[in-house]
Amino acid sequence: MKNEPVRSEAVGISEEILRKWEAKGVSRRDFIKFCTTMTATLALPLTFAPKIAAALEDKRLPVIWVEYQSCSGDSEAFLRANQPTAAEIILDIISLEYAEVVMAAAGHQAEKSKWDAMEKYKGKYLLIVEGSIPTGEGGVYCTVGGESAVESAKKLIKNAAATITVGTCASYGGLPAAAPNPTTAVGVRDLVPGATIVNLPGCPVNADNLTATLVHFLTFGKLPAVDAIGRPKFAYGKRIHDNCERRAHFDAGQYAESFDDAGHRQGHCLYKLGCKGPEAFHNCPTIRYNEGLSWPVMAGHGCIGCASPGFWDTMSPFYRRLPQVPGFGVEATADKIGLGLVGATAAAFAVHGVASAFRKGDAMESDKVKVEE
Amino acid sequence: MLEIRYVWEIPVRVTHWVNALAIVVLSITGTFIGFPYLIAGVDGGFAMGWIRFIHFVAAYVLTASMLVRIYWMFAGNHHASWRAFIPWRTTEGRRNFSKMLRYYTFTGKQISYEVGHNPVAAVAYAGVFVLIIIQIVGGFALYAQYNPDGMMAAWTAWILTLIDSQWLRLIHHAIMWLLAGFFINHVYSAALMDIKERNGTLSSIFSGYRFIEPKDL
Ligand code: HEM
Ligand code: SF4
Repeated sequence: MKNEPVRSEAVGISEEILRKWEAKGVSRRDFIKFCTTMTATLALPLTFAPKIAAALEDKRLPVIWVEYQSCSGDSEAFLRANQPTAAEIILDIISLEYAEVVMAAAGHQAEKSKWDAMEKYKGKYLLIVEGSIPTGEGGVYCTVGGESAVESAKKLIKNAAATITVGTCASYGGLPAAAPNPTTAVGVRDLVPGATIVNLPGCPVNADNLTATLVHFLTFGKLPAVDAIGRPKFAYGKRIHDNCERRAHFDAGQYAESFDDAGHRQGHCLYKLGCKGPEAFHNCPTIRYNEGLSWPVMAGHGCIGCASPGFWDTMSPFYRRLPQVPGFGVEATADKIGLGLVGATAAAFAVHGVASAFRKGDAMESDKVKVEE
Repeated sequence: MLEIRYVWEIPVRVTHWVNALAIVVLSITGTFIGFPYLIAGVDGGFAMGWIRFIHFVAAYVLTASMLVRIYWMFAGNHHASWRAFIPWRTTEGRRNFSKMLRYYTFTGKQISYEVGHNPVAAVAYAGVFVLIIIQIVGGFALYAQYNPDGMMAAWTAWILTLIDSQWLRLIHHAIMWLLAGFFINHVYSAALMDIKERNGTLSSIFSGYRFIEPKDL
């Protein structure tokens, strides 16, 4: 990118705000870029950029980030944002009171800081939950400081201003909840129905969507509009398949048949390799991962629908378009079974037909039949 | 005296053939959507685009035809009526149903004498109507996904709260194969009955007329 002078009037962010951020070590270019990126991610008109810039000022939103049955992938995705300024800005406007992956405190000290923060910011803090909550056997499968995830999550959710679930596990149970779900894992919305909550599923959550949700909360004082399963529409309102860069190849009937064929090298559609883009809703094709670097389909692998509830069960096998027919072997597809059914029907009726042809005395109105000369 | 009876009215015959044609088109295009075996050359074209377009046009045709047929279940003659598809409602219907079933399974010699549908066929048609309706409703739920904020999505949202869209796709495939099985059964039985009943069963779906001896009824 060329380094032209950035004119704040272009987006209407005041000089004063820009200077303040400059003093904190965030260049005006980076700050304007952050605000406009957020405006675009939230699908707002550019005129909202100054509003966002103003909202980011001197706010210290207390945030508690807890992890239950998780792999910390969402924490990683957020912290490894390779553009340091975005993380800088967001860490500057929130006050991360508790987050296992980054905090220095440990043991009882850490526990104490969590509950202290809850008491201190009762009804004002934002709760971020990562990982599913196991409800089986009274919740023994996941305990922190002797307290089950069920108990601590309920308390934290009840006292929060709002809850954001990051990743599919916290949203819908995710991998731990995949059949046979040995720990009876659930997502937050099933643990505390009716809580003020926004789900940011994905494996992992896209850091930009989390940042945008935080910015939305700071700017408008409420969570963004969500779809039927609690996902913000700005991030999950469009189908992957409808925004995919390989879509022209789909419509043209050009498909990669294997991961090493000529079609794959030419960027053809991954539909026949089991891509779940036609049933997955996420903004991966437009914002991509790691600051717009890439996303699975761009990298040559089909979508696995990781932001859908129960994706591990419903979206697998990942390299086939349709789920397995329950009760049939691994190699049986719906169509093989269907063909078998049709073949069996045809055979049965052929036999029936031969038998019927040899049948005597069953034809009707025989008294009226006159044989021609 | 053998009579010529007007049994299948125009809406029955027209919707029968429109349904048949639409289902054939939907099955061929649907199979291609599920398994795109013909690969367009490197020059592209719009192969899948057109196939899906034809699928959706045929889907609307089938839907319109089914709506007409359902209307005619209430407006048409008693052979077209919804009552004709539930033969178990009457003792006579129940008797003829088991008579017909015995004939088909070679355990009885007599064919039940009917002006309209034979009772076993009528039950099969009721099942097929249900399958087609599930196929239409499920198909539109899948179709609506291109615009989750649209009206079609709002009308079909309840389906996706009952079942995941992937399982819905599997059902969409399964019903196609069930309809294909029905097609074989249907054509075979119609031909068999045409031969055995000698009352013009096959031609009746073109002309509407069947030959009936009232004394034998
Ligand atoms: C008897 C009637 C029908 C048959 C046999 C049939 C068959 C099929 C089959 C086999 C597929 C492939 C599914 C897959 O692998 O994803 C398909 C796809 C589809 N059908 Fe049907 N279908 C029928 C009626 C309908 C109707 C009434 C609609 C309503 C709009 C519909 C909408 C769709 C849609 C939206 C798809 C997925 C297309 C895509 O994702 O690109 N179908 N159909
Ligand atoms: S790669 Fe996947 S999402 Fe992209 S067009 Fe093909 S099927 Fe759709």
